[in-house]
Amino acid sequence: MILSAVAFYVFAAIIIASAVMVIGARNPVHSVFFLILAFFNAAGLFVLAGAEFLAMILVIVYVGAVAVLFMFVVMMLDINFVRLREGFLQYLPVGALVGIILLIELIFVVTTQINVPDVQAISAAPTPAVNELTNTHALGQLIYTRYIYLFQAGGLILLVAMIGAIVLTLRERPGVRKQKISDQVARKRSDAVEIKKVTPGSGI
Amino acid sequence: MMFVLLVFLPGIAALIAGLFGRVIGDRPAQLITSVAVSVSAIFAVIGFFQITGSDEVERIQILNWISSGGLDFSWAILVDPLTAVMFVVVTGVSALVHWYSIGYMSHDPHKARFFSYLSLFTFAMLMLVSADNFVQLFFGWEGVGLASYLLIGFWFKKPTANAAAIKAFVVNRIGDFGFALGIMAIFLVFGSVDYATVFAKAPEVAGTSIGFLGMQLDTLTVITLLLFVGAMGKSAQIFLHTWLPDAMEGPTPVSALIHAATMVTAGVFLVARASPLFELAPITLGIVTVVGAVTALFAGTVALTQNDIKRVIAYSTCSQLGYMFFAAGLSAYSVAVFHLFTHAFFKALLFLGAGSVIHAMSDEQDMRKMGGLFSLMPLTGTMMWIGSISLAGVGISGIFGFSGFYSKDLILEVAWASHATGANFAYWVGLLVALLTALYSGRLLFMTFHGKARADQSVMAHAHEAPLSMNIPNMILTVGAVLAGVFAIHAFTESEEFWGNAIFMLDASKHVLEEAHHLPFGIKMMPVFAGLIGLLMAWYFYIRRPDLPPRIAAANRPVYQFLLNKWYFDEIYEALLVRPAKLLGYTLWRVGDGRIIDGFGPDGFAAMVMGLARRSASLQSGYLYHYAFAMLIGVAVFVSWFLFFG
Amino acid sequence: MEIGIAHYLTVGAILFTIGVFGIFLNRKNVIIILMSVELILLAVNINLVGFSAHLNDLIGQVFAMFVLTVAAAEAAIGLAILVVYFRNRGTIEVENINVMKG
Repeated sequence: MILSAVAFYVFAAIIIASAVMVIGARNPVHSVFFLILAFFNAAGLFVLAGAEFLAMILVIVYVGAVAVLFMFVVMMLDINFVRLREGFLQYLPVGALVGIILLIELIFVVTTQINVPDVQAISAAPTPAVNELTNTHALGQLIYTRYIYLFQAGGLILLVAMIGAIVLTLRERPGVRKQKISDQVARKRSDAVEIKKVTPGSGI
Repeated sequence: MMFVLLVFLPGIAALIAGLFGRVIGDRPAQLITSVAVSVSAIFAVIGFFQITGSDEVERIQILNWISSGGLDFSWAILVDPLTAVMFVVVTGVSALVHWYSIGYMSHDPHKARFFSYLSLFTFAMLMLVSADNFVQLFFGWEGVGLASYLLIGFWFKKPTANAAAIKAFVVNRIGDFGFALGIMAIFLVFGSVDYATVFAKAPEVAGTSIGFLGMQLDTLTVITLLLFVGAMGKSAQIFLHTWLPDAMEGPTPVSALIHAATMVTAGVFLVARASPLFELAPITLGIVTVVGAVTALFAGTVALTQNDIKRVIAYSTCSQLGYMFFAAGLSAYSVAVFHLFTHAFFKALLFLGAGSVIHAMSDEQDMRKMGGLFSLMPLTGTMMWIGSISLAGVGISGIFGFSGFYSKDLILEVAWASHATGANFAYWVGLLVALLTALYSGRLLFMTFHGKARADQSVMAHAHEAPLSMNIPNMILTVGAVLAGVFAIHAFTESEEFWGNAIFMLDASKHVLEEAHHLPFGIKMMPVFAGLIGLLMAWYFYIRRPDLPPRIAAANRPVYQFLLNKWYFDEIYEALLVRPAKLLGYTLWRVGDGRIIDGFGPDGFAAMVMGLARRSASLQSGYLYHYAFAMLIGVAVFVSWFLFFG
Repeated sequence: MEIGIAHYLTVGAILFTIGVFGIFLNRKNVIIILMSVELILLAVNINLVGFSAHLNDLIGQVFAMFVLTVAAAEAAIGLAILVVYFRNRGTIEVENINVMKG
């Protein structure tokens, strides 16, 4: 028990620290790094909570795909980051005040305990005990049966995102010569060669 | 029935001429109105002989007007001797003026409108004198005020005419305000506005007091004073007289009808009609006497210096009205009405005669540019002479006199005999004014008709006697000016049966009237002497030694200027009242209405909406982080709300 | 100390606030905004998983998976837009993006 508590606090502390650094780092590459760190620790939190499939998915998708994408873009855009930090302090006082008020109220809310005795009986998909079914197995049973349509919809969303990203960023570069294989193959002898009757010594 | 027709025929004719004048044409409009008023005049004469001298009082109810709570009165026609006399005066002079105007206004493009207004005026005046309650009288009062405004400003393209019309209306309004307060006080005290009820209860109310402006004052004094304020306005007594001279901007027939014979006498009629109230308020009577006497003096002095022929006659009217009022103030109501009756004849005659002169002199009204007209207009000249002699009150007591002699003399005799407050003052002032009257009347005649001709050749060549259509009414009036006095004096002033219950006099007052008829011959002839002296002085100054008046004027510059500028009343009013009022109006318009009401109201609203819209639009700055910040604040607010108040 | 639901939710709340801060506090770098959005979504995920563990209900985790999917898609599109924007403007300063000003 004590280990899980310590682990929780360590993970939580690192998440919060890295989140602050994400928005506070001067170099955007550093920001991305800290984001990755936050994701990793969040995965650790998920494992602690018993959602190991989700934790792994977090690492694979978020860190492996999304964060890497961020890194790509940051590297690709030639950003002059020296000038990037002005104006930060202008909003800080008011913003900090509002944010802290919000935070305090949220914590108020989340620490209030309301006892609903029957909640266990009405859970939509009770978690099976860990020795019966692994988390992955249990999730799979749920997703591919009851939430299949939502799953397919999720796939469609990803498809649309992919197409959208390509459409947005694809640009035609004029002057680049590419091979059009179909044209090459469809060429006939009559297009390539032309017989001209020439009397000797006169030229074309 | 006859009386109903009498009152309403002019009204109907006014409507026809006014609304359909353009359709039916000028001639028919003139004829319809003139005939209607003439028929009314005939009825009035018949009614006069029928009602006066008998106790018969006719009351014809037409329509119940207001019946609300304690206030209950109707449209009705009350014909008692006082009304009958007024009917004759009003319809008679009105009919003559209508016929006269056919000739006088023959060159005017708006004849139908003029005649419609004349008949409208007649109708309103008839409603005024035939009312059986104070509110209907007030209706007629306002009606004649309206007609006066319309007629003074008849030539509306002249800015001076417009200004004069407005001045008349506004000054009248001030009087009307007092009058309205008086009527309200009557209702408050008596619980009714009907003459019958009010006059019957008057003796009970005498001596009680009413709270007014924080003071406890005698009820009847307050009521009668307020009514008298109205009379002051309508009859151009001093302080509220400024409109009468300027009212001469209207066409001359208007001056003859309204500002000589009828409208301005409405005030005298009011006092006579309300005699049951006035008799029981001796303080008011004293004030009436003093006001009347002062007005007579004021107008007389100013008339000496005026150069416009119509203005001289206007001030003369003002002065004679002063006589009527101070007669009423001395409780001699019948004498006042008698003077009203005779004055109507000779004053209308004077005005219409002046109209003929102006017409002949190609619309010239300045007497300094006239002179020597008698040979060219003998008939008009003679009639003007007769009118002026009547005005001056020439006659021999006990034998014969022109009508003005009878009435004016009687007034002064009453003043001599009376012991009421101000009677002595009134007598000596009246005597002086008699001299002044003769002086300025003579001055008018000598400057206009006699002496050297001062107009230029072309004007004199055009001067001719007036056409018959204008002379016949004048001749009828001349007969009245000569004979009305001698025939009517006994009936009007000596017989009690003549008036019946129309005029109320306390026994003490009746006694005074009795005495006045039996004064020594010398006293009776004093006014005549004053008048003759005045005429002689006029002859001396304007025929014998015409160089003297300018020298006297130059030697007494301040006095001359004071009189010429009408005692500076207009200037004082302008500075004291008109300019502050205009400034107030202007300020209220610019600041009150423009800046405050419009500023907070429509304009303010529009500006506020625009301002709000602009500020709301600035929220859409386009910056993402602004929007995010706003969202954050919104979330914080919501959470707080639900946490603490949810 | 017993790690209960409150702890997970608190961590989620703090992460959420930090993510929101990131959006409006920085005005010079659009990428930071996108990363802050990812932080917010992470906070939501932690919330969901926390409840799933507390209530013994797998629904929370299913939901969290879908959130993950959408977050990935949205990150991709966002970055594509950013790239196109950079190509057109040559800068990624948020300060100048006020074309939608009303």
